[in-house]
Amino acid sequence: MREALSLRGNHALLTRANPLAKFTAVMLITLVLALSIDWVSASVALACELLLLPLAGLTVALLWQRGWPLILAAALGGWSTAILAPDAGAVLFDAGIWSISAGSLQLGVGFMLRGLAIALPAVLLMSCTDPTDLADALAQKAKLPQRFVLGTLAAMRLVGIMAEQWQTIGMARRARGVGSSGNPYQRVRATLGQSFGLLVQAIRSASRLAVTMEARGFGGAARTWARPSTFSGLDAWVLLVGVSIAAAAVAAAVSTGTWNLVFLNHQ
Amino acid sequence: MTSITGVRPAAVSARGWGWRHAGRSRPAVRGLDLDIRPGERVLLLGPSGAGKSTLLHALAGVLGDSAAGAPGAGGDAEDSDETGSLLIDGAPPRSQRGRAGLVQQDPETQVVLSRLGDDVAFGAENLCVPAAEIWPRVREALDDVGLGSLPLDHPTSALSGGQKQRLALAGILAMRPGLLLLDEPTANLDPDGVLEVRDAVGRCLDKTGATLVVVEHRVAVWKDLVDRIVVLQPGSATESAVLIDGPPDQVLAEARDMLIRAGVWVPGYVPQTRPRTAPVGAAGQLLLAADGLAVSRERPRRAGLRERFRKIPPRPVQSGIQARIRAGEALTITGQNGSGKSTLALTLAGLLPPVAGTVSAAAELIGRVSDGTGADPYRWKAQQLISRIGTVFQEPEHQFVTGRVLDELLFGPRHLGYGEERVDELLERLRLTELVEANPYTLSGGEKRRLSVATVLAAHPQVLVLDEPTFGQDANTWAELASFLSELLDAGTAVVSVTHDAEFSAVLGGTELRLRAGDAAAGTPAVTDRGLPEAAAS
Repeated sequence: MREALSLRGNHALLTRANPLAKFTAVMLITLVLALSIDWVSASVALACELLLLPLAGLTVALLWQRGWPLILAAALGGWSTAILAPDAGAVLFDAGIWSISAGSLQLGVGFMLRGLAIALPAVLLMSCTDPTDLADALAQKAKLPQRFVLGTLAAMRLVGIMAEQWQTIGMARRARGVGSSGNPYQRVRATLGQSFGLLVQAIRSASRLAVTMEARGFGGAARTWARPSTFSGLDAWVLLVGVSIAAAAVAAAVSTGTWNLVFLNHQ
Repeated sequence: MTSITGVRPAAVSARGWGWRHAGRSRPAVRGLDLDIRPGERVLLLGPSGAGKSTLLHALAGVLGDSAAGAPGAGGDAEDSDETGSLLIDGAPPRSQRGRAGLVQQDPETQVVLSRLGDDVAFGAENLCVPAAEIWPRVREALDDVGLGSLPLDHPTSALSGGQKQRLALAGILAMRPGLLLLDEPTANLDPDGVLEVRDAVGRCLDKTGATLVVVEHRVAVWKDLVDRIVVLQPGSATESAVLIDGPPDQVLAEARDMLIRAGVWVPGYVPQTRPRTAPVGAAGQLLLAADGLAVSRERPRRAGLRERFRKIPPRPVQSGIQARIRAGEALTITGQNGSGKSTLALTLAGLLPPVAGTVSAAAELIGRVSDGTGADPYRWKAQQLISRIGTVFQEPEHQFVTGRVLDELLFGPRHLGYGEERVDELLERLRLTELVEANPYTLSGGEKRRLSVATVLAAHPQVLVLDEPTFGQDANTWAELASFLSELLDAGTAVVSVTHDAEFSAVLGGTELRLRAGDAAAGTPAVTDRGLPEAAAS
């Protein structure tokens, strides 16, 4: 996972933009897409986002590699909406309580496209942004409290270590005779035990890391930043593109009459 | 007295200083009187429980706030408690952030950020060093610790243990502290890593003239670098916390026996161990065989859509390994960091699946009871595994599954339906009888190691696999462990150990499997196999 987050070798245009500008643009698109559940605004946003892939150094294959759980979740969400939503229009498929009608299919496709259109900017952001640079920007430019931002950043590094520890603890417990086999109850118990072992190790690692940080002077009121976070002309473009995608999505949906504010009861 | 690099060596003075941790009844340090002059280099020794780490943490200013200064502070056991005074340059350590820099034992938690340069800059940033001055300091510090050849955006997760400790040292140096505090910085490192770190510390001290206080069991490593040894003892109401204090040679001559009793690794002393008695070389029953084995910790990946999600096997760290494990014989796996020693041991132990080749148990190991298991240990159920192959992990805590020492020991036998006689014997033999009611997590390092060996042996395995069993152990635990294993071997258990410790493998005798940090993909057999000639001699 840590390798997947590394930006080494990615020299795409968007890696040079300020993380805060990218973050704001992503938030804008996400917020607008969260307002409606029609398929037009979602498809327009999704199409625009796919065009931006090369600028973030992503290819479709890489996108699948990093984002497949999200893509799968979106597809699954769309599918279940399609079979479970109340029928409207012609029924296309019927298997008792599960049925797909033109109306529910449309709702399902809209749901799936929306899921993808919301997930994709986040994947895009993380594949062209180093977490450390994002933290720098959030603390220096967005003026979030530095203790909170840097603490979170250091903790994120521990998550990668925890993934390795999970594997080791699993093996160490098997070597004690605690296996992940047997009936579901035994499996759940074994997993709980392994989780507890991981929790103990995580707390120990965290307190040792806290001592390390404190011993390096962390926790004072003021600090300087070795990596000043700066804005450039590129960031104005990033914001402009973000605003344009959001606006295009809304405009397309409104003009085709599908714009459908969620909180205004769409049924 | 400012040196060219802007470091002003610090002075330490303790007067009747003591510290009791919150929730403990006994103070960790009591009645400490100690003066360290600017630029002095001190090695702190003493038995575990003498408060060495507590002193270092106090000097680093990272001990929790004490209740002593608070108004109306009573003797509440829930709060920590400070007595006397401990000063750096005449002021309390907590009031002078950055005056002292601390490097701790565990390399993994010494790293704060994910890029090399950022991590070194972290301390300097916290001390409000102007941004323009930070990067020259970072480069200088990295050069000083011998990591200057790596790019500043090198991922810190890709560093070895020794490199991580040198990185931690660089992070401290960039703060320009007058006092370097090292708390067993090399206990978790292989011999190359130990020397890397020691030499980096020496270079930095020569350059900056900073004061050094180091805590370490292995005296030989630090003896030539320090100019004073202070031996601490657990504090009492009447005695001083400082037992002996003087130049290294003098202290080692005067206190040699006492240090040996306390488990300190005194130079030129190898602890007494039980020699092997069974004839070495008499081939025992074959228990486990590995053929054409390739190993990796990673799991197979799935290819993308274009290749129809086909399974991609991980790239092995080591391949083409042949090994035979026989009853009553020791097999020692050696090799450089990253050569896949632990991975090989875990694969032999049935905990990781082979990437290629086979690990197969002989009929002798599978046993008379036919429980429908094949010869591949990885396919056995956990309980079938532990009664045949026992594995002791490098970190004992990873293997604790209960909250009480006795339950830990009974865990295996209870699940296998064995009697409990072996448990009493193990308790006695590994000196755990006094600790049966204790929580395993609260034990000392040596006790945890003895417990982890005992818990695995309680299931009667015929093959015992140990991953770096002697790392960070004091000389007493070391000798106990080596003697105990030599006894097990003579009784017919096979012992496979991953170790850098040549003295340890000499006690066990048997065969050495040396892995080269090989390029497994090139297909060269990266293994040499040679006997240990003076096996039973020492």
